[in-house]
Amino acid sequence: MIKLLRYMKWWYWLIIVGMVGVVYQQVSFDLSIPEYIGNIITYIGVGAQTGVSQTSNILLEGLKMLGVVFGSITCTIIVGYIAARMGAALSRNLREGIYDKVDSFAMTEMMEFSTPSLITRSTNDISQVQMAFIFTLRMAITAPIMAIKGISKIVGISNELSLPVAIGIAMIIFLITAIFIVVFPRFKKIQTLTDELNLVTRENLTGIRVIRAFNSETYQEDKFEVVNDTLTKNNLEVNRAMAFMMPGMTIVMNGVNLAIIWTGAILINRLALGASPIEGLSLQTQFVTYANQIIMSFMMLIMLFIMVPRAQVSGKRIDEVLKKGLSIFESKTPAKNSEKLNKRLIQFREVNFRYNGADECVIKDFNLEINKGETVAFIGSTGSGKSSLINLIPRFYDVTKGEILIHGINVKDYSQEDLHELIGYVPQSGTLFSGTIRSNMQVGKEDATDEEILEALEIANASEFVSQLELGLDAVISQGGKNFSGGQKQRLSIARAIVRNPEIYIFDDSFSALDYKTDKLLRKALNEKLPNSTKLIVAQRIGTILTADKIVVLEQGKLVGVGTHETLLNDCAVYREIALSQLSQEEIEHGKK
Amino acid sequence: MEKNNKVNPPRRGPGFGPMGRGKPEKPKDFKGSIKKLLTYVRPFYPLMLVAIVFAIAGTVFNIVGPKLLGNITNEVQIAIFGGIAIDLSKITSIGILLIVLYALSFISTLIQGFIMNELTQKISKKLRTDITSKINRLPLKYFDSRSYGDILSIVTNDVDSIGQTLNQSLVTLITSITTIIGVIIMMLTISWIMTLLVIVLLPLSVILMGLIMKHSQKYFGIYQNGLGEINGHIEEVYTGHNIIKVFNASHRSKIEFDRMNKRLYEGTWKSQFFSGLMMPVMSFVGNFSYVAISVVGGILAISGKIMIGGIQSMLQYVGRINQPLMRIAQSFNQLQSTAAAAERVFTFLEAEEMIAEDSLIETLEDVKGDIEFSHVKFGYDESIPIIHDFSMKAKSGQKIAIVGPTGAGKTTIVNLLMRFYEVNDGDILIDGVSTKSLKRNNVHALFGMVLQDSWLFEGTIKDNLIYSNPNTTLEEVRNACRLANIDHFIESLPGGYDMVLDENSSISQGQKQLLTIARAMIANPPMLILDEATSSVDTRTEILIQEAMDALMKGRTTFVIAHRLSTIRNADLILVMKDGNIIETGTHLELIAQDGFYKDLYNSQFETIES
Repeated sequence: MIKLLRYMKWWYWLIIVGMVGVVYQQVSFDLSIPEYIGNIITYIGVGAQTGVSQTSNILLEGLKMLGVVFGSITCTIIVGYIAARMGAALSRNLREGIYDKVDSFAMTEMMEFSTPSLITRSTNDISQVQMAFIFTLRMAITAPIMAIKGISKIVGISNELSLPVAIGIAMIIFLITAIFIVVFPRFKKIQTLTDELNLVTRENLTGIRVIRAFNSETYQEDKFEVVNDTLTKNNLEVNRAMAFMMPGMTIVMNGVNLAIIWTGAILINRLALGASPIEGLSLQTQFVTYANQIIMSFMMLIMLFIMVPRAQVSGKRIDEVLKKGLSIFESKTPAKNSEKLNKRLIQFREVNFRYNGADECVIKDFNLEINKGETVAFIGSTGSGKSSLINLIPRFYDVTKGEILIHGINVKDYSQEDLHELIGYVPQSGTLFSGTIRSNMQVGKEDATDEEILEALEIANASEFVSQLELGLDAVISQGGKNFSGGQKQRLSIARAIVRNPEIYIFDDSFSALDYKTDKLLRKALNEKLPNSTKLIVAQRIGTILTADKIVVLEQGKLVGVGTHETLLNDCAVYREIALSQLSQEEIEHGKK
Repeated sequence: MEKNNKVNPPRRGPGFGPMGRGKPEKPKDFKGSIKKLLTYVRPFYPLMLVAIVFAIAGTVFNIVGPKLLGNITNEVQIAIFGGIAIDLSKITSIGILLIVLYALSFISTLIQGFIMNELTQKISKKLRTDITSKINRLPLKYFDSRSYGDILSIVTNDVDSIGQTLNQSLVTLITSITTIIGVIIMMLTISWIMTLLVIVLLPLSVILMGLIMKHSQKYFGIYQNGLGEINGHIEEVYTGHNIIKVFNASHRSKIEFDRMNKRLYEGTWKSQFFSGLMMPVMSFVGNFSYVAISVVGGILAISGKIMIGGIQSMLQYVGRINQPLMRIAQSFNQLQSTAAAAERVFTFLEAEEMIAEDSLIETLEDVKGDIEFSHVKFGYDESIPIIHDFSMKAKSGQKIAIVGPTGAGKTTIVNLLMRFYEVNDGDILIDGVSTKSLKRNNVHALFGMVLQDSWLFEGTIKDNLIYSNPNTTLEEVRNACRLANIDHFIESLPGGYDMVLDENSSISQGQKQLLTIARAMIANPPMLILDEATSSVDTRTEILIQEAMDALMKGRTTFVIAHRLSTIRNADLILVMKDGNIIETGTHLELIAQDGFYKDLYNSQFETIES
């Protein structure tokens, strides 16, 4: 967590130094109050013994005390204000830091951390660190100052009176530590058990049809009961230990007070406290207050030692992201793609690709040339590497060996922005962003006009359902596009790519969410309306790719066939197998006609 | 924490750090919800009463302390002012009395803590058990119209929140009120003038407290909204990371982010600042009374109206009266969100259940597998029927294919066959017996089901397979798995049939589907419901699945949600669905001859070849 402090600007440290001063002042104020009360007691004694009115003296002490009380609250407010602002600023800076870092990640890093984990790190973990930081800022400065100043006040007054304070501190430390030693491992267990409870309930809900179909309600209930039992047992143990906390602290504090007053009385009787008995009484009264303050400050310190390590875990998880090295770098001398003369638009040369940490390459010695305006389909079984291959073009990953050229220039030599400018990408799942249909279309092109958008929607076969929406282009899309069906999201994400009017379209298995009819209409529209653009299609369904100019068949990362549907049926065994699994012999024959 | 990739319960309420005090959620009917909660915990009343008595006892024993301590000082003062020796024996007896009282207070509080803990856990556990068994008594309709996250949240968050209130707020409320009353009584026994002084100053702390709470709740609202907004943005940007990259949209989402981050910063520091003010301001008011007591006490003491010990006791009491005020305010806030939680829990527990069927005695065994739909009328919303008057007969062993575009409502047939939903009118008969006259369990046992989302639970492979019949022998299991083409794969896994399946198991979608086929085989039902979707399965597994399904279908009346043309064409009967309705029925050839929607649908898949 300490490492995260580099997200504080240098002048924060100056402020912290200032804070220490303010806190010191505040503690001094707080600790001077018992002195005034001691003085009042002395005046009472003087008054009682001399008979001279002490009212004005006592009032003066009261005024001084009032001044101190106001002084103290002012300091506290200042400290609270600074702590709040700094804590908020640190978390703001951290959040921005981690956001920028993740933005610079390539897919390799995204996969390594996993998206849900990165989200937790950028949200929950930041909140944890922020809470701990504010807490620390308030406590870590106040507690030691209070402890030291408090001790310095009582030191030398009386060893007999100091003893109960020391014992009290020791007992509090013992009590809290003991409780937390019992409780901590169980806290962790309760967390896992709660997750498990969630899991079983989730199972009960997601599998409700199956559970009922198999009449296994009782089985599931029993299973839940087992977790419920263990969770309850652990909760009981934790809370039993925690039940000692409050009464334990109360009895220690009370005991210390009693011990001081009792011992004090004995000392005063022996004339062993203060110069006179009345001064002794005054000292004893002050002592009680100081003792309580000191014990409080130790409690704060212990809480600090308990709180901070918990935030430490979060801090570490944040730091891991911030320190992560990148796998893809921007070219230092980006090439300008000025001449678009090269007919061979995309070239794969001896491309090999291995995922980080994997033993084997998913793409092996792959060569292919794609001409301008061609429709090229990639097919193969799951794990054949077709999606991986296509992800190399926009540099989601970088090739392990070999090179990929667009317009004769290595993709690594473009600036990423220029490279992406050439590409219209449609992912497997229609990822939409919250906003409106228009704002989602403008992700493709910032200044896209309504006309451009409507045309793109038309091509993507989406204009029909969009026009049925009451607000049309202004229709709201909720987070993750949850208010649209899978097929609709897919068509919108296709339209988003069309809005860009790119040279190269990449459809990464984008058609499987569509029913056959829409799939067909859409491909027809793409061919007719965008004849000049190059289309790369990864597909599962043979039906989707029958008319492609080139079909590339992949198996275990190797190219096993290139050609059209007809030629491949005759000379590529893998392709024939795929075709047969989806179409009957008769249909294939039918298609050949 | 890391595994929140599925349905997770949404976070509710403030539940954020020790200082986090957002505006409590308001229940629709506070009184009603609390009443229901009280009724629910009625069996625990006697024990609760005992706990309350101990809580009060513990507080009272503790409250006497300062006064007695003051008495010790008074003894000292008498001796000093009188110029005599201190009566140590009197001090000793007060000291011993105090030790006894402190010990009693400790024990009482501890006992109270233990009893409340026991109670709370028992009640929470009972709530969770009741909710879970309730899930199984509710009709499917209930779940189809709600998100899983909401129900999950009831089981965990809401039950937790109720438990916490019972454990903390209740006790806090009682001890705080006892403390305030007790302290005032004790102060009155010392000096009514000074007591009056303290009471006059109390409204000041109430007003200040109210002011701070109002601000801190307002800013906590802003903070929480801001956090929700930016977290939503982060989630979206991270999930769509590659899209944002390839569309060069990074800088635009960064502008959004910066705007949100700035707003969150404002909300954060303000809410932190105000909630952090609570304690200092309370102690400020405390100190204020402190000064007043010291001055007035001092003046009174000189005229002999009060003793120094009395001042000491008063000072201690003043320190104890503001805290309970703050706690009472907090408890009421917590009570509000608990009432909201209780409202959700009890609304769930009181939801309408499926019709009881204890009166049904008929049991259907040794079924041939004839199924008849007779004038079936159905709508998810009864006023909007989607199946109007549907009749159909299937003979034992026949294959019925259900086809239609996505979203056509093909699962409706499954829902009706399995009696997950009840028909509005008409009847479904098995071997001529109306399913309405059978218990749901009986109907379920007659069907095997293999759905597209091949549901497996966390447990060993064997447990998953013998789900319907726990007495199945391993040999029987293996035989079924061989037929389902999955035995070989299972044997190759670490642990084989005893391997535990969980979220991290590297079992592909296709293999999961094979496992559910095997599971259906082991259940050995006379009738089947299959969902054929295989789009995310590779070619070879698809062939395996097809073989396994063919083996499973042998001799069983089968309803197939069909996607494969060969299945459709070989079906004895095809039900064509569109917009929730069954619009055409017949064999493949009949339907093609009809030249209707089916023909259009069928042709659309091969148009590219024909054109």
